[in-house]
Amino acid sequence: MGHRTQAGAPLPGVPDRHPAVGSPLRRLDPRTRLLAVCAFAAVVIVLEQPAALGAALALALLLILVARQPLRRILRPLAAMDGLMLIMLLTLPFTTPGTPLLQLGTEGAWGTASVEGLWLAVDIALTANAILLMLLALLGDLDPVHLGHALHRLHLPMALVQLLQFTLRYINLIHDEFSRLRVAMRARGFVAGTNRHSIRSLGYALGTLLVRSLDRSERVLCAMQCRGFTGHFPVVESLRFGSTDALVATLGVLVFSGLLWLEWHLG
Amino acid sequence: MAELFRVRDLWFAYPGRAPVLRGVDLDLAPGQRLAVTGANGAGKSTLLWLLLGLLRPNAGQIEAFGAPRRVEAEFIEVRHRAGLVFQDPDNQLFCPTVLEDCAFGPLCLGRSRAQALAVVDRTLEQLGLLHLRERITYQLSGGEKRLVSLAAVLCMEPEVLLLDEPSNGLDETTGERLLCLLKALPQAMLLVSHDRAFREHLATTGCHLHDGRLIAPPPQETQHP
Repeated sequence: MGHRTQAGAPLPGVPDRHPAVGSPLRRLDPRTRLLAVCAFAAVVIVLEQPAALGAALALALLLILVARQPLRRILRPLAAMDGLMLIMLLTLPFTTPGTPLLQLGTEGAWGTASVEGLWLAVDIALTANAILLMLLALLGDLDPVHLGHALHRLHLPMALVQLLQFTLRYINLIHDEFSRLRVAMRARGFVAGTNRHSIRSLGYALGTLLVRSLDRSERVLCAMQCRGFTGHFPVVESLRFGSTDALVATLGVLVFSGLLWLEWHLG
Repeated sequence: MAELFRVRDLWFAYPGRAPVLRGVDLDLAPGQRLAVTGANGAGKSTLLWLLLGLLRPNAGQIEAFGAPRRVEAEFIEVRHRAGLVFQDPDNQLFCPTVLEDCAFGPLCLGRSRAQALAVVDRTLEQLGLLHLRERITYQLSGGEKRLVSLAAVLCMEPEVLLLDEPSNGLDETTGERLLCLLKALPQAMLLVSHDRAFREHLATTGCHLHDGRLIAPPPQETQHP
């Protein structure tokens, strides 16, 4: 990197992003947490035995408790994901062939649910929830700058890292801009309906949003270049892989191996 | 004749913050041009947004055009009859061309395409903006954007105009042009402005928003540059 990070104590006035109080997970190196989530996801995807999946989900729940994050920040993404998956989970038993479990209508005229399909649905639901919970527990409180920094140090391409960082930083701004446009439309009596005028108007609003976002991105880049931006984010903090991280990493390897052992032992 | 707007004991707070409006009373009669002054963040724009139901008050009554207005459905008619010119024209203009942006309001009112185009042409001609008809709204200058956003609202033929800092960021010539245009309009106006000369030329009465209430303007008006 062009700008080497200044090691040691944070600069005066820079808030300590990893206060020792609160969750013990916060003291871990973001890289440890990122790698742990990836390893956990890779292991859970392999699991098929309900007991092993249950153990993985229990592990994720345990870490949620340890992470001590506000309940809302856990429940909202969880509800969003499960809401999306609900239809798939409900239809899967009926679309998977296998041993009949439940017949709708006479002789299953409206569809037959299979045992295999039900297990498949349970498998997918457990997998997705366990991974999301682990993600929220370990990375939920990581701010974009530190997430990006950790990803970069894990040798992800800089362009991807910056895309992610800017998305996280500006998504709210863009949302606000769209809200302002919607208010301006309502102020002139716009009520969305199923007609050409509504579709055209919403299309215009979206187009305007795109043009303005592009324009804003160019202004932001200019402002950044004025302050000496050359393509790298200087971060006022060095990442340190400490003894706690080593301990957690070892523990992680053991627990994940345990999950895999459970899978093969039962299977 | 009945008042256009009649507001009693209006309270409003943004979530998690202290109330900005603490019992506002306001009357706007036909033909009246009322100027509202107040410090930055005093809640002047908020008041305009509340009048159109773009925000909901925490307490108090809003009557518009002789009927109480409480829920979204009741405010839709208010928005059809009262035109708000936003402080930042960029927030208002969203269609590709001036023509389409001006036609947006009339189309929302349910006019046919031909009727909308007719009213747009009439309004643009009245404001001397006909040469901007086909221009891309995004590429207009600051002054042109301001005049076009006024035109877009006037195309809806409103009975009242709510103007939020209309002279903001305009050079002297454009400011005077806007003043002449506004003075020639028959509509009642609620004007929020820091521009003293603009207020004095346009407004028939004035009031001051202070500590969340509307009071008579301070004598001499010395606090605004």
